[in-house]
Amino acid sequence: MSRYNYKDEYPKKYDIIVVGAGHAGCEASLAAARMGCQTLTLTVNLDHVAFMPCNPSLGGPGKSHIVREIDALGGEMALNIDATMTQIRMLNTSKGPAVHGLRAQADKERYHEKMKQTLEEQANLDLKQDVVEELVVEEGRVKGVITKTGLFFRGQKVILTTGTFLKAQVIIGEATYNSGPNQQYPANELSKSLKRLGFELLRFKTGTPPRINGNSIDFSALKEQQGESGLSFSFLSSPLEEEQDSCWLTYSNPKTHQIIKENEDRTPLFSGEIEGVGPRYCPSIEDKVKRFPEKERHQFFLEPEGKNTREYYLSGFSTSLPLDIQIKILRTLTGMEEAEIMRPGYAIEYDCVASGQFDSTLETKQVAGLYTAGQINGTSGYEEAAGQGLLAGINAALTLKDKEPLILKRSEAYIGVLIDELVTKEPKEPYRMMTSRAEYRLLLRQDNADLRLTPKGREVGLVKDKRWNHFQNKRQELEEAKKFLQNNRVTPTKEVRQQLQQYDSGSLNQPATLEELLRRPEISYQDLAAFSAELPDCSGEVARQLEIATKYKGYIDRQLQQVKKFKNMENKTLPKYLDYQNMDNLRQEAREKLSKIQPHSVGQASRIPGVSPADIQVLLIYLEKKRRSKEGQDD
Amino acid sequence: MALEQLKSDNDVIAAIATPPGTSGIGKVRLSGAEALEIADKIFVSPKEINLTEVVSHTINYGFIQNLKGKKIDEVLALVMRAPKSFTRENTVEFDCHGGMLPLKGVLQAALAAGARMAEPGEFTRRAFLNGRIDLIQAEGIIDLINSKSSKSREIALQQLQGRLSEHINKIRQQLLDISTAVEASIDFPEDEIPDFTFSELEHKLMSIKEELEELIASSKTGRFYQEGIDTVIVGKPNVGKSSLLNYFLDEERAIVTQVPGTTRDVISELITISGLPLRIIDTAGIRKTDDQVEKIGVKKSQDSLKTADLVLFMLDVSQGITEEDKEIYNLVKDKPLIILINKTDLSVDLAAEDIKRQFSEDQLVFISVKEERGLKQLKEKIYSLIMDGKTAADYEYLITRMRHLKALQNSQESLERAISAWQAGISTDLFAIDLREALIALGEITGETVTEDIIDKIFAEFCIGK
Repeated sequence: MSRYNYKDEYPKKYDIIVVGAGHAGCEASLAAARMGCQTLTLTVNLDHVAFMPCNPSLGGPGKSHIVREIDALGGEMALNIDATMTQIRMLNTSKGPAVHGLRAQADKERYHEKMKQTLEEQANLDLKQDVVEELVVEEGRVKGVITKTGLFFRGQKVILTTGTFLKAQVIIGEATYNSGPNQQYPANELSKSLKRLGFELLRFKTGTPPRINGNSIDFSALKEQQGESGLSFSFLSSPLEEEQDSCWLTYSNPKTHQIIKENEDRTPLFSGEIEGVGPRYCPSIEDKVKRFPEKERHQFFLEPEGKNTREYYLSGFSTSLPLDIQIKILRTLTGMEEAEIMRPGYAIEYDCVASGQFDSTLETKQVAGLYTAGQINGTSGYEEAAGQGLLAGINAALTLKDKEPLILKRSEAYIGVLIDELVTKEPKEPYRMMTSRAEYRLLLRQDNADLRLTPKGREVGLVKDKRWNHFQNKRQELEEAKKFLQNNRVTPTKEVRQQLQQYDSGSLNQPATLEELLRRPEISYQDLAAFSAELPDCSGEVARQLEIATKYKGYIDRQLQQVKKFKNMENKTLPKYLDYQNMDNLRQEAREKLSKIQPHSVGQASRIPGVSPADIQVLLIYLEKKRRSKEGQDD
Repeated sequence: MALEQLKSDNDVIAAIATPPGTSGIGKVRLSGAEALEIADKIFVSPKEINLTEVVSHTINYGFIQNLKGKKIDEVLALVMRAPKSFTRENTVEFDCHGGMLPLKGVLQAALAAGARMAEPGEFTRRAFLNGRIDLIQAEGIIDLINSKSSKSREIALQQLQGRLSEHINKIRQQLLDISTAVEASIDFPEDEIPDFTFSELEHKLMSIKEELEELIASSKTGRFYQEGIDTVIVGKPNVGKSSLLNYFLDEERAIVTQVPGTTRDVISELITISGLPLRIIDTAGIRKTDDQVEKIGVKKSQDSLKTADLVLFMLDVSQGITEEDKEIYNLVKDKPLIILINKTDLSVDLAAEDIKRQFSEDQLVFISVKEERGLKQLKEKIYSLIMDGKTAADYEYLITRMRHLKALQNSQESLERAISAWQAGISTDLFAIDLREALIALGEITGETVTEDIIDKIFAEFCIGK
């Protein structure tokens, strides 16, 4: 310990220390504590636990899938948003069940408070404010962290969820300064500590739009977007019943674009001031105007930041232009002629860990017992961060109990897709989840997240009895209704035909099961009651589940076939720290990539760019040889 | 079977080891205990080197000549002595000039000198049996030879020169445009993604489907150029089948070779008519018989008939149409058929008139093999029947690989599903699956992946962002 400087060692020894209490940190902390580990959560600022530095909203396609998966596994995000949202809508309702996506506006302050309170009340969890400056590592294994106040906290596992704080730099026009998001204390020393430990760091960039005082907005000129009733994220919540707040739409015009063009020389993005790589899905307004000059107008949403504030987030207007220009262009927008900026938009650059340095359990390869989750891993988005935080917390806790890690497959969860891609691919920009990234999109629906994942959450010990009982009841209801549909037939009597006619459904010539009738697009589960008096009275959720499983069976089966085809490869695990460099017959590029990434299965290896099918054959031979020689020893 | 195999595993086997098609160089490989001896019979070195005497892993310059002393090609001979070769047997590889003519010539000479044609995958099998590789590796290599995977990228690059790959890419881009718009609208429902109108999209999909169908249609011709037209000659005994075959063989002496059928054990002769290869399948007879041995031959012949691309049905004009002829005709009448009326030198006009009445005239070709009459017409007939009168030069591009054809068919089927899904008003998430499958199938030819392409295109083409 001699090479580490600290004034004092904190008397309590922790199983798991989580650095950061953003969306990843909160999930990681709660999972670890709920799985029985003594957990410490350290944050730069306790008033920013589960803070939303960008949109005051959660969800959208792909992202809402992740929130539902977190919920199904026993995480907190869905419950927290359900308790604090001010508006909720279902997107993509016309595009099919696989891509339905919930989107909710959060009351930003309440979201933070509620999550903070949950952490405070959680057994086995200590929540403290301090700045972690150094990781303590001995013989390649993490031992704890040292904070700015000179305290050494001892922990067996450390999970880094530093978000955009590592060596964070805020840029507003000509002004740049060292700061975390929203004037927070940046983590400069921790970034250095990581470098000293041999981590390769990337520089990413993201941005946020200005916040506007609602009193200065002419809402009468704007298009209103209202919430919908009957919706919630968590499988355990009941729908939001309070009166919902609205979002508002406004547009830019040629005048807006003109001002932006005239000020290109003062645009940090084009003047070379910003070196970090920004996300393509979240371009700044100056970038949009430059890249799509033919577009006559761009669309922006005004999102309320909460019940107790008049601040509005101007979605789509992310910018790092100087403040005077921000004001000028803002006032060209419809209804914003007299708008007052309360907080300027800014760009923020930060360090993150380049891919290939952590494995599918999110443990780093350089330092045993050290995990990374969230934006530090090159992702963007609260949901993506929370999903990783949850898995890092679960896996750190599982290792402490000497249990197999939880690695979700691409065919099981969006979180599985997310982590698999973070492990195998070099991110060129902050990674955002999209449904088009999931090859088994039809299987990974938000409606069946619990069926996919709650048993896994139960197995690792995160799903408590309340959720488990709820789930089992639902599953039983589903199974029984399904059996009923399969075992009960309808004969083509005159009444039946008349009934079908009423539903605008084709006639019936021979007896059919209720399941076969339900396959018809125009027939709903409830409609079947007309053909069978004993039809089980299912909850809306279960009925919907049955409808999807029945109506889309053909397509679902096709995807299941695909999963089956690759199952062997996914199940063939590769030992940790294989010596790929000395494996005969591998091509050089494959050797380098495999050594760096250390995939956990042959399936994952096959997804690494630069690893060819021939290299995979070599790997399979190697595994077979090993198996044979092991059998030889056993004999 | 086991005994048979044991015996055959002692043979020297030979094959063209480079993929078919035009290329700068090609390789003929011989493997087996006596491989060096057999190679010496056909290899002539200006320095009078004997391959049986050279040091292992050396390259030797020389010529290949056939047993009659005719020079076939200038080659480099690489000698690898057992066990330091892929098969762990004595191995000689001749690096020849590319193109099928010299390669087939060298192979032919090796076969004449005592080697046996290798079966598909036989080199790998030997490597496995001799402990050079394990079963998984052997299977892997065979899978690699047979499978999609990104080996397809390499093959695609070699094979899809110029126009074909350009053409497939063009189709793929159109499909990618549609898929991109669909995916963008799914993933960014709150952004302003221009929607396709129903008929617009339907029209686009239909036109892509038509282009795929055209390509698939061309594949038949392409495969004929690549693999030959499976041709069966039928007719009762002594109508002149053998003399016709001999005539072809004679004319094309240099490129005649015995090759085993790819899908069956029938031995066939490969001949070339004006650049168009015919794989002539020797039929033992196709009529019912009680003879046990003959029965096996008949079974094989009937199998050949089933898969034949072309049937040449031969009649002896001097005998008129016999019952036996009618029986045979009934077996082949639904195949692409040319009826050869042979022995016109015997000039029996009456019978000829009768034949003309019995069959459709555009199927008929009157020939005399003996006097070499009518053979030019036969060639023309083959072209017009099989190739719609076109030659390779008439096509803009040709699909020559079964694998490519399969991929195109898969793509087209997925597209058809997509179209009917779209017409039936099925939800976008399902429609998107069909579209993506169509794209993945095309990507198997060009070696491109889909997901990243779509995502890149979404960001390049649509202004998206919160």
